[in-house]
Amino acid sequence: MSILVFAESSEGKFKKSALEVVSYGKELAQQMQTNLVVITAFVEDTSELSKHGAEKILIGKSDNLKTADASVWADYVIAAANQESASVIIFDSSANGTYVAPMVAAKLQAGFASNVVAIPSSTAPFTVKRKAFSSRAFNFTEIKTSNKVIGLAKNSFGLKENPTESTVEEFSPELNAGKIKLESVEKSSGKVTIADADIVVSGGRGLKGPENWGMVEELADVLGAATACSKPVSDLGWRPHSEHVGQTGKPVASNLYIAIGISGAIQHLAGINSSKVKVVINTDPEAPFFKAADYGIVGDAFEVVPKLIEKLKEFKAQNA
Amino acid sequence: MKILVCISHVPDTTAKINFTEGDSKFDNNGVQFVINPYDEFVLTRAMWFKEKQGATVTVINVGNPTTEPTLRKSLAIGADDAIRVNTDATDGLSVAKQIAEVVKNGSYDVILAGRESIDYNGGMVPGMLAAILDYTFINACIGLEIDGTNVTATREIDGGKEVLSTSLPIVIGGQKGVVEEKDLRIPNMRGIMMARKKPLTVVEPVAFEDVATSKSFEKPAPKGAIKLIDANNISELVDLLHNEAKVI
Ligand SMILES: Cc1cc2nc3c(=O)[nH]c(=O)nc-3n(C[C@H](O)[C@H](O)[C@H](O)COP(=O)(O)OP(=O)(O)OC[C@H]3O[C@@H](n4cnc5c(N)ncnc54)[C@H](O)[C@@H]3O)c2cc1C
Ligand SMILES: Nc1ncnc2c1ncn2[C@@H]1O[C@H](COP(=O)(O)O)[C@@H](O)[C@H]1O
Repeated sequence: MSILVFAESSEGKFKKSALEVVSYGKELAQQMQTNLVVITAFVEDTSELSKHGAEKILIGKSDNLKTADASVWADYVIAAANQESASVIIFDSSANGTYVAPMVAAKLQAGFASNVVAIPSSTAPFTVKRKAFSSRAFNFTEIKTSNKVIGLAKNSFGLKENPTESTVEEFSPELNAGKIKLESVEKSSGKVTIADADIVVSGGRGLKGPENWGMVEELADVLGAATACSKPVSDLGWRPHSEHVGQTGKPVASNLYIAIGISGAIQHLAGINSSKVKVVINTDPEAPFFKAADYGIVGDAFEVVPKLIEKLKEFKAQNA
Repeated sequence: MKILVCISHVPDTTAKINFTEGDSKFDNNGVQFVINPYDEFVLTRAMWFKEKQGATVTVINVGNPTTEPTLRKSLAIGADDAIRVNTDATDGLSVAKQIAEVVKNGSYDVILAGRESIDYNGGMVPGMLAAILDYTFINACIGLEIDGTNVTATREIDGGKEVLSTSLPIVIGGQKGVVEEKDLRIPNMRGIMMARKKPLTVVEPVAFEDVATSKSFEKPAPKGAIKLIDANNISELVDLLHNEAKVI
């Protein structure tokens, strides 16, 4: 028996969410008194996996893995699960994690729980706590099959170091070529993306116009944050649609969300419920956001934000 | 082209979230149910394929009779017919199995679903369905063109997007972008009248076993009161974020 974690790499490096699932897998392996096996592909340096607890690391190098077809990746993970007699297979909630995990579950006829936020509250029966209703509630799900698949919600477990001697093996199961052809990729270069960001700085209609986003970007820069916006802001064309967060936009599960000139409508909050700490800056003390946030400043963004940037710069200088 | 659109029947986003029966069930009391927002996007795209490319569009829900108004609404938006598989939707895999059965019997070659249901937030039915049927799967789809049997789809990835090409049959997990929000359709009077006459077939489920079961629900701990910081004392915010919240 073992626990199998799929750790996605990008350009030879592991994303934080990949190391988070490894950290989670290690804790679960300890709880279930078994080993942690990590499956990945196209990486040379696996030291980060060892640091977070991988006992065994399987690395794929097959050309067939250079595909955008999730079903090939599903077969790849299943081959590893079979070889390692994995009882629990764990994915992160990245775009690829959420693409592959359900296919693995169906192919194995395994029970699947997505958006899981904690180590199982019990392993017999196997019960996990997960997010539901756009983070407005938690749901306890019992997985009944002997094979289990888990999708871990982003930023729900955090990183835990657990330095371990790992064995590293090349893993090359037979795979089909896949049926999807990748035509082109467009990445917003150089910028922190909402999906990866620990901190998100978001602006609403209170900022009056696109010409005022300079200070939002500067604040994001100082914090190493991604920028986001409310729906009307993207509808008005002040900011790109990819920045729109909320019920009909992107979900944000950052550690810190700073909302500037956003009223806090329920459809907006639906997208940010999973963010841990929320800060609101708004002139109107009656704005609904003040009920949802942890810290608030009643004040004019055009005065508050420049001061906040200045104070943060001082803080960074002292703590550098 | 025979399109099947999977419609999940969910509480409206503004609905109060409460639970009954020892926190084991969602409390429907006074809650308005709607077509899952992600499904509305793919349904609207299906209407385009119907009008521009002569596709037929069937909508399906796995659920008990209370979901029928949601299916009727989909018919009013323009679907040709509806199917309800008569069983309570429990775990994702059994829902996918029920839908797969209907796909096989009706030889649908395009299955459109939403990326996730906003109630249970599973994000699993479309991928499972594709795996069961051995159809190609594209998730987080934000653009979809079908020309004969050729499919071109745009998928959202972390920090960007990619354009993919493949061929039918296909399962799509779609979201905003497949159509824009301004293009979503609200049923008009004529659509509502016509929907009454369109066929809504109830089929009985195939045998299945639950593999994952929802046991109970819990509401998040009530949030502590907000800490207000004086606009003239911004360094206090920096201090709180560093020392108390530990996020910077
Ligand atoms: C079906 C549906 C889906 C929706 N989906 C989404 C969604 O996904 N995401 C989303 O964001 N919205 C969504 N909405 C819209 C939502 O209901 C709100 O209309 C929207 O979030 C409001 O955006 P806002 O806060 O930027 O603007 P406003 O509501 O106009 O708020 C502006 C705020 O800025 C404050 N302000 C003004 N001047 C200043 C200043 N100088 N300094 C500081 N503060 C200032 C004001 O006090 C006010 O609170 C949806 C609506 C519907 C009906
Ligand atoms: N009971 C159901 N009946 C029909 N379609 C469903 C049902 N549940 C989920 N779906 C479809 O699968 C998508 C993803 O749902 P889920 O996996 O439950 O998050 C939804 O957007 C629907 O398109």
